Amino acid sequence: MAIDIPRIPLGDWIETGLDYLTSEFSGVTRGISRFTQTGISALNDALMWLPEWALMAIIALLCWRLAGMRLAIGAVLGLLLIWNMGLWFPMIETLTLVVIATLVAVLIALPVGVFAALSDKFYSVIMPVLDFMQTMPAFVYLIPAIPFFGIGSVSAIFATVIFSMPPAIRFTTLGIRQVPTELVEAADAFGSTRGQKLLKVQLPLSLPTIMAGINQTIMLALSMVVIAAMIGADGLGNEVWKAIQRLRPGDGFEAGIAVVILAMLLDRLTQAFRKTKKP
Amino acid sequence: MSETENIKIQVRGLSKVFGNHTKKALELRDEGKKRAEILEKTGQTLGLSNISFDVKEGELLVIMGLSGSGKSTLIRCLNRLIEPTEGDIVIDDENIPKLSEKELLECRRRHFSMVFQHFALFPHRTVQANAEFGLEIRGFDKEERAKKAREALLQVGLEGWEDSMPSQLSGGMQQRVGLARALANDSTVLLMDEAFSALDPLIRKDMQQELLELQHRMKKTTIFITHDLDEALALADRIILLKDGEIVQIGTAEDILTHPADDYVARFTEGVDMSRILNARHAMRPVRAVARSDDGPRTVLRKLSENGLDSIYVTDRQRKLLGLLEADVADRAAREGQQSIEGLIGNDFPKVGPDEPLHNLFAMFGDKSFPIAVVDDDQRLLGVVVKGAVLAQLAEAGEH
Repeated sequence: MAIDIPRIPLGDWIETGLDYLTSEFSGVTRGISRFTQTGISALNDALMWLPEWALMAIIALLCWRLAGMRLAIGAVLGLLLIWNMGLWFPMIETLTLVVIATLVAVLIALPVGVFAALSDKFYSVIMPVLDFMQTMPAFVYLIPAIPFFGIGSVSAIFATVIFSMPPAIRFTTLGIRQVPTELVEAADAFGSTRGQKLLKVQLPLSLPTIMAGINQTIMLALSMVVIAAMIGADGLGNEVWKAIQRLRPGDGFEAGIAVVILAMLLDRLTQAFRKTKKP
Repeated sequence: MSETENIKIQVRGLSKVFGNHTKKALELRDEGKKRAEILEKTGQTLGLSNISFDVKEGELLVIMGLSGSGKSTLIRCLNRLIEPTEGDIVIDDENIPKLSEKELLECRRRHFSMVFQHFALFPHRTVQANAEFGLEIRGFDKEERAKKAREALLQVGLEGWEDSMPSQLSGGMQQRVGLARALANDSTVLLMDEAFSALDPLIRKDMQQELLELQHRMKKTTIFITHDLDEALALADRIILLKDGEIVQIGTAEDILTHPADDYVARFTEGVDMSRILNARHAMRPVRAVARSDDGPRTVLRKLSENGLDSIYVTDRQRKLLGLLEADVADRAAREGQQSIEGLIGNDFPKVGPDEPLHNLFAMFGDKSFPIAVVDDDQRLLGVVVKGAVLAQLAEAGEH
């Protein structure tokens, strides 16, 4: 016996809502789109304009200063392999997307994370939202991105930002909440304003934790820009996508290895940065 | 201390209830209910109840109580790190609980500097930058705050350490930085929350001495929290005794020792008299090793050499003391192949009860330097006293 419960049209509602947003805010989304596209192009052009050896030298130098000779050598070897496989330009495109998505994500995540740390109410609202953002399958974000921003890199950035932002928010909140009570009391006891307390005590002391969050965000961003090839993002993901469509496992693995090299490089670099910042 | 002294802070009817239904708790309090009962009935904790006292200009006031007595809450209510539930705290005509947030900041900056139990130094700042913190917050320019911080560091004996990080310093030095940070600010009142409790005893005594000297020199109004009566006696101009969030007694050290207000105070002060009449229990050390009556000579020799002893006390399984076995006796027995130490145990050794006064022990150390055995009424071995421990105890007592 079937009880006749009407199906809740959750999907319809969401579509109606998205349609409304797309039509009413098309001006805004187009503006964002143009702005972001300009940023992507500028950074991309700058990185492309540099000769391969120059960029390698810069990255090697950075690795050497922050983490030591081993990482510098590893970085050069890895980049040489990418270059040798003819994946230099897709790698640059992917790097651009990761850098811009991470920048946007961190710019949003820091204030949100700070606010969540200071306000219990906001904390209890934002946490389920973050759970939602993190557990919703990543592909789903790609779908509404297209009506908003069209096919291409801007949509990829949009989806990537949403997908990669939660750890930066969580770690910021965690870092600030972990500052020992006595230190917060000390700041208060000497008559600090909220701003002084935040800038002089809470943020500096939570920096290592925040950096760990940013590291996570970068890793998630990288994985997402690769997936975003499905909605027309350029870069290594696109190489993988082409390989799938043409059934060429060799090409797919080559691009995949390039992604791995880039991921390891970014991970080690940000971790090294975090360690140098430890108080 | 003269009678004409100014009152710096007036605390009147100060109460603090932890929880969301403070009214109900205070009503019950007014009906004469005690903390435990209020907690049971309302789920609210009465942290402080109707506290009133004055702090005189330039005095060192010690607030003493065991943990849970509300002393930390009290000191935090003074500068509103904890919001008082009711009552007045008047400092220089300002009623602190009534201040707006902005006025409160100003009041904290001008009047209160705080020293914390676990130092609460900022680990990402150098010693110098830590000492400058209060001035930096108040917007002093760079040169002036550097100068004042250096002066404060000089006062606590930390010149030359300006550029170190707090983590490179020992506990005692870290708390000096904490003190310098408070002094540099040149506030009118110094709040010290169990400031020396985390330090080891010797350093702690030094710091107490230095605080006294500083206080003598600067005449800064100081409120010092402690759970330790010795510390209170060493420092205080006056002592406030707290118990379960209420004041039990206010008075000088002498008042409190000679006229304890109630049993609680008396029990607190008992410890002082006991320590002045030292006995064997105080100098006693746990026994490092004992031989059992059924040990063989070789086992005993092994125990002796493992612990670097030349004689060992022999007990039975109930730790009842049977006698003393010397190393050379055991050695001979082992070489002669004896299986048991029975019959080898000597009885020529000093033995006292735990309440034996220390000066009686002194005569007992014979030319053979056996440790003195301390036994209870059932002859069970409680510990041993060695000559050095007696000397150390007497030397320490001599300091008082």
